[in-house]
Amino acid sequence: MGLQSQDFARISATNFRPPDVRHDFEVAKLIDVSKCIGCKACQAACLEWNNLREEIGINRGVYDNPHDLTPNTWTLMRFTEWENQESGNLEWLIRKDGCMHCADPGCLKACPSPGAIVQYNNGIVDFVSEHCIGCGYCVKGCPFNIPRISQADHKAYKCTLCSDRVSVGQAPACAKACPTGAIVFGTKQAMLDHAQGRITDLKSRGFKNAGIYDPPGVGGTHVMYVLHHADRPQLYANLPENPRISQVVELWKGLTKYAGMAAVGFAAAFAFVHATIARRNDVSRAEDREAEHLIDEEAERGRQA
Amino acid sequence: MVVRREEERTTVDRYSGRVRVNHWVTAISLILLAISGAALFHPSLFFLSSLFGSGSNTRMLHPWIGVVLLASFAILFIQMVRHNFWTKADTHWMRHIGDVMSGHEENLPEVGKYNGGQKIIFWLMTLLILVLFATGIVIWYEYFGTTFTIEQQRFGHILHALAAIAMLLVVIVHIYAAFYVRGTLNAMTEGKVTGGWAFRHHRLWLRREARKGVIDERQVPPRRLGPNAPAE
Repeated sequence: MGLQSQDFARISATNFRPPDVRHDFEVAKLIDVSKCIGCKACQAACLEWNNLREEIGINRGVYDNPHDLTPNTWTLMRFTEWENQESGNLEWLIRKDGCMHCADPGCLKACPSPGAIVQYNNGIVDFVSEHCIGCGYCVKGCPFNIPRISQADHKAYKCTLCSDRVSVGQAPACAKACPTGAIVFGTKQAMLDHAQGRITDLKSRGFKNAGIYDPPGVGGTHVMYVLHHADRPQLYANLPENPRISQVVELWKGLTKYAGMAAVGFAAAFAFVHATIARRNDVSRAEDREAEHLIDEEAERGRQA
Repeated sequence: MVVRREEERTTVDRYSGRVRVNHWVTAISLILLAISGAALFHPSLFFLSSLFGSGSNTRMLHPWIGVVLLASFAILFIQMVRHNFWTKADTHWMRHIGDVMSGHEENLPEVGKYNGGQKIIFWLMTLLILVLFATGIVIWYEYFGTTFTIEQQRFGHILHALAAIAMLLVVIVHIYAAFYVRGTLNAMTEGKVTGGWAFRHHRLWLRREARKGVIDERQVPPRRLGPNAPAE
């Protein structure tokens, strides 16, 4: 890590407590889906600020462009057309997809490389490329299917929540670029308060299930959504209803890790001790002599046959 | 495969050069896989990745070493499988494993080229290498990152880890036995064992080998010690 930073909450694959004397406010980005007009200014701002270029793709009959997150596209507008049976309206649900910056990040839990994934005290989860080994474990750890591995440099990439901008008191590039104010940035508490105002407004306009998406299964997130149908988050391009780190990953990175080390260590120690103290399993002189007789006998039998 | 009367000792050929080369390629691959796998398995062992240059190199090399292991073990399997089919005598031998561990092999039935324990090791290694290779393909992100779903890859990871732990336990038993039973290592280093070793541990095999013929490499015929000495 190039810059001296003393505000880590977690560092991947390390057993020691990270340096964390400096404490910042917990930050959050709030994406108000009901205010989004799908202009993709956030996508463009993300490419521009991070100096990324996406390949020119092909049109597959949907507005999503590119069709999925890539090592260069860290945020992506996902468009869903949904017929609301209750109101009879066709609703165009547009969700800005990207890293949710979980309080309990599955990517960080799965990562085997010390310091390749860090979580700052302000809640931002960041990939540190020089420590990344390109194994793809973070992809399996993530409950939101966000990280992407570059085939060119074999490093994992995702939204940084513009940690470079935030560290100098700026809002993320996407929030700065949003023309409708659908993306706002501030402390987590301020964003929760702001969301309450938006939810009250939406409810007054008939969206009785309006609510905030801050899933407790991952300890809450530092990117939150205001949804008009918070009771059905899957409507929004399969936003998971109750995301949590997969039990398989928990088992792999939890019990298996410790039990496996213990089992192998114990077996090696037992073998060593037994080999040292047990009676030697050695050939006796008598057996050497008996072998000679047996060889003579059998050789004779062989000659007769 | 020959029984040889040498000047100082009698030896029995156990492994040809081809089998030994294969065995050691497999063994070295397995050790490299264990070291690189351990580096990716537990943070406390990540330092082992520096033996391979870096974490990235470890991640890149580990699956390829696995391919080498699969290929060399496949040949080893073909070379050894015909001696490893299970018999009733093996069941009997396994029931008396306690006697083996305490060094009382004299109470056991005569053993062919391999005893029950060795056969179990052989089949366990075969099974585990197949499981490790299959799950290894699922989690080989470089080439198969999009071939399998993320959920399948998660299961691939835990199965790979569990199979690797089982494999290490089997390997520990294998190495331990080779050291504990004195004289065994020669089979894989020089390719031959002493007559006494074969008599003690694999008597049935010794009988079969001796029946095929004995080569006398002694320069001078053995001296007759008395009137009761056996006539040749």
